[in-house]
Amino acid sequence: MSDNKAALSAFRKEVAAWMGENVPADPGFLLPLTFLEVGTEQQLDFLREWQHKLWSAGYLGMHWPSEYGGQGTDPAYQYIVDKELGKHNAPIIFNTIGLNWVGPLLLDMGTDEEKAKYVKNILSGEEIWCQGFSEPDHGSDLGAVQTRAVRDGDDYVVNGSKIWTTLGNYADHMILLARTNTNTERKYDGLSFFLSPMKIEGVEAHPIRKVTGEYGFNQTFFTDARIPASCLMGEEGGGWTVAMKTLEYERGVTAGQASGHWGVTIQIDDMIDELAQLEHDGEPLLSDPVVRDDLVSFVMEAKALSLSGRRMAIPALNSDYPMGLALSVKYRGTEYERRMKQYTASKQGAQSALYVGDANAVRGGFWQRAYFSNFGATIGGGTTQVQANIVAEHVLGLPK
Amino acid sequence: MSVIQNVSIGLSEEQAMLLDVARGFVRDQAPIEVVRSHLETETGYDAAIWQSMVEMGWAGIALPDTVGGAGMGVGSAVPVFEALGSGLLGTPLLSTTLAGQLIWRAAGESAADWLGRLCGGSVATVALLDQADWGAANLGVALNADGTLSGAKHYVSDAGVADIFVAVANEGGAPVLAIVERDALSEAAIAPNTLIDLTKRAANVDFSGVVPAQVLRGESVASALRDTLLLGALFTAAETAGAADKCLRSITEYLKTRKQFGKLIGSYQALKHPTVDIYVGMENARSFVYHGATVVGDEALSVDAEVACRMAKVSADDVMVYAGDRSVQFHGGFGFTWECDSTLFIRRAQWAQQMYGGALHHRKRLASLLLDNR
Ligand SMILES: Cc1cc2nc3c(=O)[nH]c(=O)nc-3n(C[C@H](O)[C@H](O)[C@H](O)COP(=O)(O)OP(=O)(O)OC[C@H]3O[C@@H](n4cnc5c(N)ncnc54)[C@H](O)[C@@H]3O)c2cc1C
Repeated sequence: MSDNKAALSAFRKEVAAWMGENVPADPGFLLPLTFLEVGTEQQLDFLREWQHKLWSAGYLGMHWPSEYGGQGTDPAYQYIVDKELGKHNAPIIFNTIGLNWVGPLLLDMGTDEEKAKYVKNILSGEEIWCQGFSEPDHGSDLGAVQTRAVRDGDDYVVNGSKIWTTLGNYADHMILLARTNTNTERKYDGLSFFLSPMKIEGVEAHPIRKVTGEYGFNQTFFTDARIPASCLMGEEGGGWTVAMKTLEYERGVTAGQASGHWGVTIQIDDMIDELAQLEHDGEPLLSDPVVRDDLVSFVMEAKALSLSGRRMAIPALNSDYPMGLALSVKYRGTEYERRMKQYTASKQGAQSALYVGDANAVRGGFWQRAYFSNFGATIGGGTTQVQANIVAEHVLGLPK
Repeated sequence: MSVIQNVSIGLSEEQAMLLDVARGFVRDQAPIEVVRSHLETETGYDAAIWQSMVEMGWAGIALPDTVGGAGMGVGSAVPVFEALGSGLLGTPLLSTTLAGQLIWRAAGESAADWLGRLCGGSVATVALLDQADWGAANLGVALNADGTLSGAKHYVSDAGVADIFVAVANEGGAPVLAIVERDALSEAAIAPNTLIDLTKRAANVDFSGVVPAQVLRGESVASALRDTLLLGALFTAAETAGAADKCLRSITEYLKTRKQFGKLIGSYQALKHPTVDIYVGMENARSFVYHGATVVGDEALSVDAEVACRMAKVSADDVMVYAGDRSVQFHGGFGFTWECDSTLFIRRAQWAQQMYGGALHHRKRLASLLLDNR
């Protein structure tokens, strides 16, 4: 074993031991499946405390620079922590927009001042971030957003509305994409990117209920909200470039995220274990030839996704379609998960119709809830259909 | 343990380089016009190209150096087959490679003479099927007490050009390998099949009355046979993944140049999104194929290797059938012509999807491997 391998393996043991002692017990109330569904103060307080504990132990954002709250290690260390979090069924690390999108973005493109001001508080959980990109009339067509930011002295005055703002009602800051110029030839050139405060006059976030019955996102209204001009990130009119970089982090196209544990880990093995408990026509479900054949497909998809992750690290085996594997991860992975969860939720006989709250529901309605929740992944961050356009245009060179 | 436990991909630098070299060779030596010029010839391939491949050591690419092979490990054949597929280049390499594996796995270095000849460019093939079923025992040809064979084999790849046949025969209920040289067979014993894929050749071969040059016996025969069929699935999958890539490129090319209603047809999502699915399927097939190349070895194939070979075959078949089919449709009326390369793709797809067992064959076995021993 090389030194590095030995060190990683020792680290894994250390982390596993720490998790054994520190992963909190079931709090006795429903926890969100992903960071998109933090809907109560009770959940928020619990998750914030847990994130703080993990960070204090040195296990969050390990590969981020130490001056900004990280440990300056190789990313392999954080990967081990994330794996162990999954294995120990640990509660999710919820400040995802900060940890996985804003943090890497700031470390990548931010000024020293911006890094110093924001990054550490993202890791500690002291400050929560949300994202103000989508609007009621402009989602996939993000370049057309209309929320206005008008320069007035040392401030910008913001008016308009953002929607589907995850964590917006709890957030301290928002990455805000707003129009500073309505008179540009290309719609993109009128956009600017702000690191905008949420807890100020003129900003209100109203929670919206989801298909799952839970909360987690909001409509955010701006009414003459004044934000300091220093909140502008990059140049005025240069917001599109920053927004596109943010989406690379959000979609996992570019690495640098602080924690992969943003949702409850659901593996192909969980699916098979669940189905193994069920019966059909009085026989074990797993003896049914149709089900067996379906499962071969699911296992192959899961395995292909893992293999493609491995391949990404080997340039000689993926250089003929540059970025192809990375750009298709979201398209493939989120759809596979949706179908896998729907399948499992639908093989429970009459119990398939039960939902969270019913004492007889299979695993408390876990699969039904997980299936619905998964639309956050196939719609949020760019829909499946838009992802297909991206792969077609950027990987295969097809016309718009 | 997870059902997807082993996800290793570790082609050596040498193997990855081979992929590059082989792709370059196919691009330079076998443009589609060359491939087309052999569609209706008797042998189906260009002897000079085959000779160059032999000189580069590809005839023994999967064999150890102790018997004259490349000594790069059996997985090294994978990049070569992927490259051949990407040119739809018909050669007897698949047949020869698998015959080499079968002999070597059954007899090891004691068969060095035969294997040396293969590495030197003699074409060899496995005579396996008694009838259409890849999953049958295929013990219909008998090795009689007097040392002669009786019975015929069907769908024997490259039989028309083979110098050496490895026939799977039945001796008292056990499989043995009868090695037969071409000159032991009469002209009439070889009856060509009319194959759907015009870059491929196969024939029925009647071995009745023939005395084999050598018979390989023993316990190793059954496992050599099993492993050779799995490698056949893997190598065919590699070739098919390469062909799917070629097909994808031909589709995207057309979608970027053909206009209707004043727009490039590639801007229509009814064409665009299925093309993305072909891309994704092709990448999946390649991932499985590289994984397969990583986990197969010279020793008896492990369960991981068996799963990998079967998954590679299923995923490559699926994407190739889809790609070939959509290629015809997406080229419109032109797609339905002989002149359009879609005809080559859809024919390759139909040929490949049955070789060494189709999806039905492998999926049934995968279900047991994945679900019954958890
Ligand atoms: C759970 C969840 C959390 C979210 N959190 C946030 C957040 O925190 N911040 C934020 O800014 N946004 C957030 N979003 C918003 C998300 O990014 C948008 O919903 C998404 O980009 C789609 O936009 P839309 O809702 O306006 O749908 P539309 O763009 O109106 O799409 C409607 C349908 O049309 C299809 N469509 C649109 N354009 C095309 C095209 N060119 N080709 C083919 N099909 C097309 C779409 O795929 C979809 O099926 C969240 C969404 C969800 C579901």
